[in-house]
Order: sequence, then C-alpha cells, then structure tokens
Amino acid sequence: MRAMVYRGPYQVRVEDKDVPAIEHPNDAIVRVTLAAICGSDLHLYHGLMPDTRVGHTFGHEFIGVVEQVGPSVQNLAVGDRVMVPFNVFCGSCWFCARGLYSNCHNVNPNATAVGGIYGYSHTTGGYDGGQSQYVRVPFADVGPTKIPEWMHDEDAVVLTDAAATGYFGAQLGEIAEGDTVVVLGAGPVGLIAAQSSWLMGAGRVIVVDHLEERLEKARTMAYAETLDYDELDDVVVELKKQTDYLGADVVIEAVGAEADGNFLQQVTGTKLKLQGGSPVALNWAIDGVRKGGTVSVVGAYGPIPNAVKFGDALNKGLTLRMNQTPVKRQWPRMFEHVRNGHLTPREVVTHRFPLEHIAEAYHVFSSKLDGCIKPLILPDAA
Amino acid sequence: MSESDIPSAYVRDKRTPPPSREELRARIPGWGVDLDPADRPSYPRLQYPADTGAHWDFPERQPGSEGREHSIEHAFVTPVFGTAQPLRGPSGAIRRYAYRRFSEGRLAHWLLLVVGDRVDAWEHHLQSFVSGRPDVPASGVRTESTHGGVRSRRGRSDVRHQLLDPVVVTGPWVAGAGVVVLGVRRLLRAVRG
Ligand SMILES: NC(=O)c1ccc[n+]([C@@H]2O[C@H](COP(=O)([O-])OP(=O)(O)OC[C@H]3O[C@@H](n4cnc5c(N)ncnc54)[C@H](O)[C@@H]3O)[C@@H](O)[C@H]2O)c1
Ligand SMILES: [Zn+2]
Ligand SMILES: [Zn+2]
Repeated sequence: MRAMVYRGPYQVRVEDKDVPAIEHPNDAIVRVTLAAICGSDLHLYHGLMPDTRVGHTFGHEFIGVVEQVGPSVQNLAVGDRVMVPFNVFCGSCWFCARGLYSNCHNVNPNATAVGGIYGYSHTTGGYDGGQSQYVRVPFADVGPTKIPEWMHDEDAVVLTDAAATGYFGAQLGEIAEGDTVVVLGAGPVGLIAAQSSWLMGAGRVIVVDHLEERLEKARTMAYAETLDYDELDDVVVELKKQTDYLGADVVIEAVGAEADGNFLQQVTGTKLKLQGGSPVALNWAIDGVRKGGTVSVVGAYGPIPNAVKFGDALNKGLTLRMNQTPVKRQWPRMFEHVRNGHLTPREVVTHRFPLEHIAEAYHVFSSKLDGCIKPLILPDAA
Repeated sequence: MSESDIPSAYVRDKRTPPPSREELRARIPGWGVDLDPADRPSYPRLQYPADTGAHWDFPERQPGSEGREHSIEHAFVTPVFGTAQPLRGPSGAIRRYAYRRFSEGRLAHWLLLVVGDRVDAWEHHLQSFVSGRPDVPASGVRTESTHGGVRSRRGRSDVRHQLLDPVVVTGPWVAGAGVVVLGVRRLLRAVRG
C-alpha cells in the first residue's frame, strides 16, 4: 500500500508499506477513503514532538471502510463505512470508564501523561496513522462509529478531530449567557470553537489571527468580530479596550505550541527548540482574559516545559481548563448540530491533495500558502 | 473623564449589556441551543458512560510486548500498543535508555528522546544517499512557485522568522556535509600515511 512517511524535520514522502495486520482480537483494518492534515501534525512535521521516528505514518483524522475485523469484534462488520475518533482508547480502564477517552491508560505504553493517538509519534503509543491507504484500528468495538447516511464525507472527516476539538474547547470555556468570548487562532479548530461559542450563549465572539483569509472565514462562517494581530502593537491592550478594560470572560486558545506574534519566543521555541514550543498564545490568553475568568486551552503543547506566565494566572484567579478532546463523547450532540446546520465543519476545507502529493500538502499547510485552511488527503486518487 | 465614561471594569455592571436573545437568535443560526451548562456533552467532566462498546473488564493482551520500551510510570506494557517502527540502531539505544532510566517527570527523558530523533533522522539520511532515493533538506518546497509562496506571505509578520527557516532547515545539512568532508580528509590522510 501507499503511505505518508516521515523522514525527519520538514521532510515527508510517500512510500510502499505492508498493509497492516490484525494484531489484537479487537482490531479492525480500515481502508481509508478520506484523510486530513491537522494543525497538530505540523508539530510532528517540524520535529517538535519527542520520539517521532523516521518511517512513521502520520494522520489521526480519517474515515474509511472496514476491510477486516479481528475475532472478538461484535459491533462492526466488513464493508461498514466508519469515522474514527483520533483517540485510540479501550473503553474500560479507570479513565475511559469516566468518559476521559483521550486519557486512556491501556493503549499507550510510552507515556502515562498522554493517551493513544493515531499516527502521532511513539509518545502517543507508536501507532501508524491514516494518511495512508490502510490503517490498523485497535478497539474496533469502542472507537469507530458508522457514518450516518445523511452525513457528508467531508463533515465526517473534520468531525474526527478538528470540529470536535473546537466544540470541546468552547465547552471547556464554561461559557455563560452573554459572555464575551475571545478565540485565539482561526484555524479549523478556532473557527469551529467560534461557531460553538454562540450555541452556548455567547453575547460576543472575537477571533484573533493574522491570516486575512482565515479572519474572513471567521466573519462569514462564525459571525465573529475579528482582530488581526499584525496590525496591532499589543493584542492584549486591544482586548482590554474592546472589553471596557475588563478582559474577556472566556478565552479559547486554539493555537498551540507554534504560536507567532513574538519573535524571541518563536525563535527560542520552535526554531532553536530551547523550550517546548512557543507559549505566546497561551500567555496572550492569560493576559487577555478578565480576572476570575476561564482560559480554555485546546492548542497542543508537548511534554517539554514552556515559559508560561503562571503567576498572572494565579494572581488573576483564573480557571484553566484543557485536554486532548475525548472525541466520541462529543459526537451524538454534534451530529444534531451538523444536521441542523448549526455547525458546518466542512466549510473549513479549502484544499484536496492526492496522497502522492503529501509533501506538497504539508508544505502548503505548514507555510499557510494559497489561503489554505484545511487540506484533505485523497488516498486513492492518482 | 466624566463619571458616565468610566469603563465597566471600575463599576458594578457592564456598561453595554449583551444583545437580547431575540436579536442573537435572529442573527446567528443555533444561538443558545446549548445554553444550559449542565446539558453539554462534556459536563460534568467525569461521567460514567452506560456503554462504551467494551465487553471486557481488562482487555486481552496483544502478543509481542516482551522487550518493548515503556514508561517506567506504567506498571507494564499496556495490553494494546503500537508496533510501528520498533527501536533499532544507535537511535534505538538512546531511546531505550531514556525510557528505562528516566520517568516522564524528568526533563532528561524528553531531551534524550529528542536527541534520539535527530540521530534517527541522520542514520536514515546517510542511508538514503546510498539508496536510489536520497533525502532532500525540505520536501514540498516546489509549492512555493505553484501555490503562491510570495503572494501568500505579503504583509505577514511570521515572514520575519520564516526567513530563518532556510537556515534552520538546511543548517544541519551544511554542518553535516562539513563533518563528512573533514572526516574524509582525515581518512585519506590516514590511508596515505
Ligand atoms: N486538544 C486537542 O485535542 C487538539 C485537537 C486538534 C488540534 N489541536 C491543536 O489545536 C491547535 C489548532 O489546530 P488547527 O488545526 O486549527 O491549526 P492551524 O495551524 O490551522 O491554526 C492555527 C492558527 O493560529 C494562528 N496563530 C498563530 N499564532 C497566533 C497567535 N499568537 N494568536 C492568535 N493566532 C495565532 C495561525 O495563524 C493559524 O491560523 C493546534 O495546536 C493543534 O495541535 C488540539
Ligand atoms: Zn489533530
Ligand atoms: Zn481506556
């Protein structure tokens, strides 16, 4: 089969690999019909995630058709069309039993501080991912869901992570009616977080980024006000002015460890790798939220420490909420919202690349060329 | 500043109340459908799902865990695990040491894994030069011309640090080439006596 393969920082290509085999009685093998590149994949691509091995196949957003099932699988059959949450999870450990699917303890021997994720280095368990023609799906009775008849494939693939994470991020914000919500980052996650904030009763939604096409999308798809930080001397001061010197009631940080906006932090964090990425957006969130407010962090950070302004968070009495998204827990309600047109995941999709052009897809998405917001990967296209 | 201009933060109530429900509902599709905080899928944080699909208390163990690296904060290799890219070569030795010696709580654990990553990449780059498919310092750069590299970056602040990318990306390659040249020279000198 053909699969995306990591060769080292900034280097990916397509190679021939063996089709994965059933390794556990509850495994399934899924033939991928549509995949995507997530903002999180960029952290691997840039060499920021420890234990990313050469030869690894990335990809934790994918849908497909069940090709083969292990002997103990009861809920899926060959031929089912399935969407697969980005989390690998067992459904039965202490954490899964309490709904913390993204924190499963039974699937990632390499670390206890993070659960299992498809195609996301050995630090999340060493599973090859879905930017590929076939993928091994452990716990087939627990993770995958059959794609509803009415659902568009592009909605389904974005729901496997980016959209679920935006919706989850808004929930972590503990939004109350009338709140002013600031969303940092207008990538796929931030855009859906902005849409979701309204569903939870926000009175005002302000999206911050510096890429004009993404801010435009925030205005049209999420009815948000927007701020371009390239045009501002100091984002935090602008947020204070915009909120009558209170600060935002809620800030959702949908940027993560590669935040721009501070040259020194970018260079030390992501270029020289002297800290675990750049904490600029997280610090903007801490400074921009009001005292007693809530910061929701869904932007991803790795295990290496960051220069986070913890003292300000303490002195302001903030609530900090965060996690990797337990995707499947979001789905039943999100399916209703998508069906009713209240959430529109596939609106974030801008580019579609054949798997053979994976290197091009990564470069375009990583450098944000050509107005790219969300690139999909078509495994079968020539 | 007259009393009535004093910003909200300094008085009891927000000076500009949020728009009314009716106004928001008219403007935004679905406004307020998840209004009740107690009726959101992630509330409360700990929930006991009725049925996760799991039909076991502890999953059957996947064969082949002997010798597989694991965090020492785990009691054992988890019952299910990834089998992609098992440890091998010098990078494998570094990584194995990082796992065996240091917990996740120790910075040394992660820094050694990063060192392992760089060694791994160079093992493979060197092998690639004797294979039919040599690695290149950055893949996909041809999209700079096909997908508007210049046009897309106009006026963007991240261009300042992106200017460093060629150095960050090719720097190790230039340094690597230097080391190889020096090494070859030494070797030749040694061979010549
Ligand atoms: N918690 C989870 O489960 C989870 C799941 C998916 C993605 N993520 C993370 O969410 C983040 C966003 O993902 P995405 O796919 O939307 O990525 P993306 O790269 O498409 O979007 C990130 C956006 O942030 C903007 N940005 C950079 N610096 C900024 C700053 N200082 N302030 C405001 N905006 C800034 C960028 O211009 C870009 O538009 C990533 O860190 C990703 O790893 C987390
Ligand atoms: Zn992701
Ligand atoms: Zn579990």
